[in-house]
Order: sequence, then C-alpha cells, then structure tokens
Amino acid sequence: MTENITLDKVKKGTSIKIIRIPQGDSRIQLLRMGIIEGDKIICLERLPGGTVVIQKNRQEIAVGHSLAKQIMILPE
Amino acid sequence: MRTDSTGIKSKSADASAMQLEIKPETPSNKSEKVVLAGNPNVGKSLVFNYLSGTYVDVSNFPGTTVSVSEGKYKNHTILDTPGVYGVSSFNEEETVTRDILLEADVILNVVNALHLERDLFLTLQLIDLGKPVSVILNFYDEVKKKKIKIDTDALSKLLGVKVFTTSAITKTGFENLDAAIAQAVVSDKIKTDPSKINLEAIQQHGRAIAQLVAEGDDNLARKYQLPYGTPDERELIYLDRRQKVNEIVNEVEYQDDMSGKFFNRLGRWTLNPLTGIPILGLVLVMLYYAIGDFAAQRLVGYTEGVLGKGIFEFYTKSFVGNFTPVEITVNTLDANEEVVKTNIYDFKESISVDPVQKDKFFGDAQGSNKDITFEFKNPVMKLLFGEFGIFSMTITYLIFLLLPLVVCFYFVMAFLEDSGYLPRLATMMDRSLSAIGLNGKAIIPILLGFGCVTMATITTRILGSSREKSIATAILQFVIPCSAQLAVIAALTAKAGPGAVLVYGGVIFAMMITISTILNRFLPGESTPLLIDLPPMRIPRLENILKKMVFRTWGFLKEAGVWFFIGALFVAVLDITGMLVFFQNLLQPVTTGWLKLPGEASTAFVMGVVRRDFGGAGLYDLALAPMQVAVALIVITLFVPCIASFMVMINERGWKEGLLIWFGAWIIAFLVGGLTAQIVI
Ligand SMILES: Nc1nc2c(ncn2[C@@H]2O[C@H](COP(=O)(O)OP(=O)(O)O)[C@@H](O)[C@H]2O)c(=O)[nH]1
Repeated sequence: MTENITLDKVKKGTSIKIIRIPQGDSRIQLLRMGIIEGDKIICLERLPGGTVVIQKNRQEIAVGHSLAKQIMILPE
Repeated sequence: MRTDSTGIKSKSADASAMQLEIKPETPSNKSEKVVLAGNPNVGKSLVFNYLSGTYVDVSNFPGTTVSVSEGKYKNHTILDTPGVYGVSSFNEEETVTRDILLEADVILNVVNALHLERDLFLTLQLIDLGKPVSVILNFYDEVKKKKIKIDTDALSKLLGVKVFTTSAITKTGFENLDAAIAQAVVSDKIKTDPSKINLEAIQQHGRAIAQLVAEGDDNLARKYQLPYGTPDERELIYLDRRQKVNEIVNEVEYQDDMSGKFFNRLGRWTLNPLTGIPILGLVLVMLYYAIGDFAAQRLVGYTEGVLGKGIFEFYTKSFVGNFTPVEITVNTLDANEEVVKTNIYDFKESISVDPVQKDKFFGDAQGSNKDITFEFKNPVMKLLFGEFGIFSMTITYLIFLLLPLVVCFYFVMAFLEDSGYLPRLATMMDRSLSAIGLNGKAIIPILLGFGCVTMATITTRILGSSREKSIATAILQFVIPCSAQLAVIAALTAKAGPGAVLVYGGVIFAMMITISTILNRFLPGESTPLLIDLPPMRIPRLENILKKMVFRTWGFLKEAGVWFFIGALFVAVLDITGMLVFFQNLLQPVTTGWLKLPGEASTAFVMGVVRRDFGGAGLYDLALAPMQVAVALIVITLFVPCIASFMVMINERGWKEGLLIWFGAWIIAFLVGGLTAQIVI
C-alpha cells in the first residue's frame, strides 16, 4: 500500500522521505538547493495556511502551500 | 598551463569584449579578470572587500537593478557577482552573474562549508564552464566549532581544483587567497558527454557557452543562435550533477553535530506562529518607531523645518533679496501656531538699499515662532527662489525632507535583510499574500514601496511571473504611500487623532484587498509558489548595512532627483503663468462640493500630478477637521503616481498597463475619496 501523502499535510517535527517532486521550474530550483527524490528531510514548521518549512542537514527552505501540495512524501 | 579544456578560446563579435581576448601566458603576474562567485550569504563580500581594499566601484550592471562591485587586487580586476544557486537565466541575478562569468579569466568560488550539499552544486556547474577555478571553503571556524570534519584533500581531488579554507569574519586563511588566484586550474574532472553537449558549439563559442546552452539557457541560446537543451536534457545534467555532489559530500564530510545555538532557535521562533506573530509585531513596532516616528517626524521636522526652511531657505532668499525687489511677510505665531502679529516689509528695490527697514526685518525675523514668506516680483527670481522655486523648495524637499527619510528607510531594510529576518517575514506573509495572487516574496517590493514606490516598482522583477508583477505593481502604485507621503500622513494623522487614522487605514486597506482580488480573479496565468532558502539569523554587520544603504540611496537620488527638478520647474511655471490657479479653480468645485475639503486642497492635488509627495506636503498648511484629513489623505494616497514612478512603471509593464493604472488612479482616488467624504463628513 502506498500512502499518498503530500508535504502540506505533514505534521511539524516529523521526518519524511520525498517520493515525488512535480516537473517545472520549482523542481529545478529544489535540485539546485539540494533537494531531490529519495531525500530524507524534516518538516520544521507548518504555518497556518499551509506554507511549510523543511530542513535537510543544516539547510532550511520555505515551501509555499501550492507547491507543497504537489510534493509526495512518505513518513519515515 | 592555463587554457580552455578544449584548447579553444571563446570568440565574441562584441567589440568591447575583444579587448579581453588578449590572454596572458604567464598568469601569476599578468592582469586578469578574477570573478568571485557563490551562493547568497557565503561571505563573498568579505572576501571581495579584503581583496579590493578601499578602491571599490559599486555600480548597477547595465540595464538592471543588480549591483556589481569592481575593485583591484594587485594588477587583477576583481569582480563580485550577485549570490546565486546556479547559473542560467532564471532571473536577473543569474543572467548578470552568467555574463560576468563568461568574461572571467579566473573564478574564485566561495563556498559555505556548512552547506556543502547545496553549494557544491554551483561549484560543479562553475567547473563545467571549463574556466580556471579555485574553491574558497569559507565558514571554516563554524565547521570546527560544530566538530564537522571535512577532508579538503579528498574534496580537491574529487573536484579537480584547489581548495583553500578560510573564515572570512576573522580573515583567517586570507593569506592564501593570492595562491588561490595564481593556482586556479581548469579541472581535469570535466567530462564532455557528446550526447548532451553540442561539440560544434564548443568549437565555435567555447566550452562555457556550449555548456550553459546545453543546460537549457534559452536566453544565451537565442543570442548565439544555437539549439538549446530541452527541459528534460537540462534535468538529466542537473540530476547527474546533484548525484555527483551527494557522492562527494558523502565521501569528504563526516560527523554532523547539530548543536542548537541561540540564533538557530531564534530563527525557529520567528516562524512558529505562537512566537512568530509577537516577533512580527515587535518588528513592525520597531519599524514604526524607526521610520514613522523618528525619521518621518523628529528627524525630518528638524532637517526640513530648522535646517531647510529656517536656515537654508531663509538665508538664500534674504541674500537674493539684496538684488531684486521683494515683499516679505513675517508672521509671529503663538504656542498654538496661531498668528498673533503680521508685519510686511516691502523692499521696492532691494533689501540692501534700505538699511533701516533691513535692520527691522532681521530683528523681527529672529526667533523660532516665525513664519516668513518671500514674494519676489521678478518672475525669473520667483522661478528660481520663490515658493516653488528650483533652488528653494526643491532643494529643501529633496535634501532636507526626502534624503533623511530614504536613508533611514534603507538602513532599516538592509538591517532586516542582513539579519536573515526578511526571508522569514516572506514565509510568514506567504499565506496572506497568496490570497491575493502573490507569494511571500512580494512582501519585499511592498515593504520597499513604503520607502519609494519607484524603487519598489523596479524590484517587482524578483517576482516569478508577469501576473504577479502586474498585481504587485498595481498595489504599489495605488495603495502604498511612499516615504515622502508617509511623512505627511504621519504628521497629519498625529494631529487628527485615532478616528481619522481608522477611516484612512480602513479605506486604504479595503482598496488594497479589492484591487488585488479583482486582478487575481481576472488576470490570466498562474502565480508561482514560494520557494526560498532561509539563511541563519545573525547580527548583521554594520559595514554591509551601510554599504547597501549608501548604494541604494545614491541609486534613488540618481533616478528620482532629476524628475524632482523637472516637477518643480513645471509647478513654478504653472504658478507664474497663472495656470496653477486655473487648474486649482477647475478642481475646486470637485474638491469643495464632492470631497468637502477647502478649495486650497486642490493645489495639493494638482501638485500631486507632478509628484505624489508635493501633493501631500501641500496639505500641511491647511486647517482641516480630522475627517477632512482622512479624506484628503485617501485621495493623495490613491492618486496618480509621481512622474518618476510612472516612467518606471511604463518601462517595466508597458504603455497599456501603465496608462490604465494612471487613469485608474485619477478615477478611483476621487471616487473613493468622495464616497468616503459623503459618509464621514
Ligand atoms: N562564522 C562565520 N561567519 C561568516 C564567515 N564569512 C561570512 N560570515 C558571515 O556571513 C554573512 C554573509 O557574509 P557576506 O560577506 O555578506 O556574504 P555574501 O552575501 O556572500 O556577500 C555575514 O553576516 C558574515 O559575517 C565565516 O567564515 N565564518
């Protein structure tokens, strides 16, 4: 069974694994910043309204709701 | 030996670029173009400052708002580039960085050693350009503090270029920068995959251009008329690179101790709604005190009132009066600013030929409770030194009113930027702004708009899509009062009381929601989602802040100053020819009947066409009831943008959109102002 969870639904503080990032400019930007499918990251903060802050190693990135909605993840 | 990995030099048809083609054979003591490149916030400017010493030339890159610093180190030219995560043509910073890199003889890649995974992506891309590169592994003090181990020898081997460790804040390791330049090499680890990179393009235009074009830089491809990589091909190259970075990091970095420092925690607090909202409130209060209270009122009150009008204008005008007929009115005011005594000194020929009256006048003019007006009889004198004179009013406004405001404003902005709070603010605001079709990043032009709408309109370029730019531009031009207006608004509402503030703020806020919601509904296309890196919070360096402040203030004066003089000239001519009265009379019925304001307020509106802040300033001297203040401020806020911002808007968004906003502003200002007046007055 695959749990189809998107990044915007993740609870603050949980570790997750990225399963799918949608095509487009945002994907390229994420690639450059170091985020790619298969990466293990932490959801640092989930703001009301759905903007998510993720952390990979020492890096923190804010992801808008409309993008987070399209990023598939798996809870670790 | 230092040659292109393909052995072919890049050729350019551009004449100015030709001069750069004379490449030195022995690099170490010949003059070369050394370009610093790196992600944002890696310490590049500290390295740059060290290398270039005091001879730094900060300039706008031609045709952009991106500033580029140029300096000299020994006989090399050192160029700083804007921080980027990759080189392509996604945005202005990237294209500027790309163009400078294409001209580079040596690339110094500054890397934040704490973020190898992120930073090495750019490093590999720079190496792939086939130019001599050295890596400066900065933040090494932090690496040691966090007990992270980085095997720099292995890193150097894997990258195929030299790696030098530094810690820029203490200048540790800077003695090696010289070697870094001299020992920069073209990496032997670059592989040209003919299935991805057009070999013919390499031969014709050099490795760097061929590489970037293969990575889908459409902008560059069009310039050289090359077929460029499809998004899929670009992705393959990128994935490849990403994988390589991850392998390298796995191999060279061990042990990761995530110690939570105070600033780390502060960074978290700013984003947690529970603590973030109070922090946001605190920042807003700080902004209000720094700009609304200190700068717009106390500081400007002093510089404009005392230095500008009291000293500069008074002495200029009374000096000029020695040569030309002038009638001077001296009003003595009491504590409530009421006129208690009026003396008129009519110098039929000039001040100097009438010593008796002169002494009387100067005696009378003493003291702080005086309001003195000079009425020059000669039209040319009036044009130059009169009420709206180029050498009287314009200088006072530009130097004694606007300048202090703008300086304070940019100081605070640079502080927020360098402390790392600005991207967090963008994250906090993301939700609210996405409701009106923008993303959190738009907070930057909007905040800037409170400084200068002209500058802010240019800054809308950082937004992701044309649609977002349109929405942000409309908000800026319609509802955001610039600092010059803020001064007037702050001063007038302070007198008028909370009721006026409520009405004014309420109406402007409602207009902002209405305008942006309508645009968001009906503009085609999609808005881009927020995606930004959050650098650690820290105490900003004063030097950096001051540098930004000076640079931006200078940019503002360069851009807006000339329009200011043209505007003043225009008003002065209108004044002398009687046109001012004509237009005022034309607007008067609307002003008195529909807006329920004194007839003189129409002067303020007429001048508002020239510059928004002239419009506001004209309201100072009118005796207005609190609700009249609210209405007048609503009208001038929504009113036509100043000439400078109008020109910039046309430039950015095109004639159609520019004129639509311009005429829209006329209609909406009077419509909404009038409706409010009918209800509240
Ligand atoms: N601890 C530490 N901080 C540094 C180092 N280099 C730069 N910084 C800090 O990082 C911030 C960004 O530096 P700056 O030179 O403005 O980076 P730029 O954006 O790449 O030009 C500043 O606040 C510096 O004080 C370093 O080696 N160690």
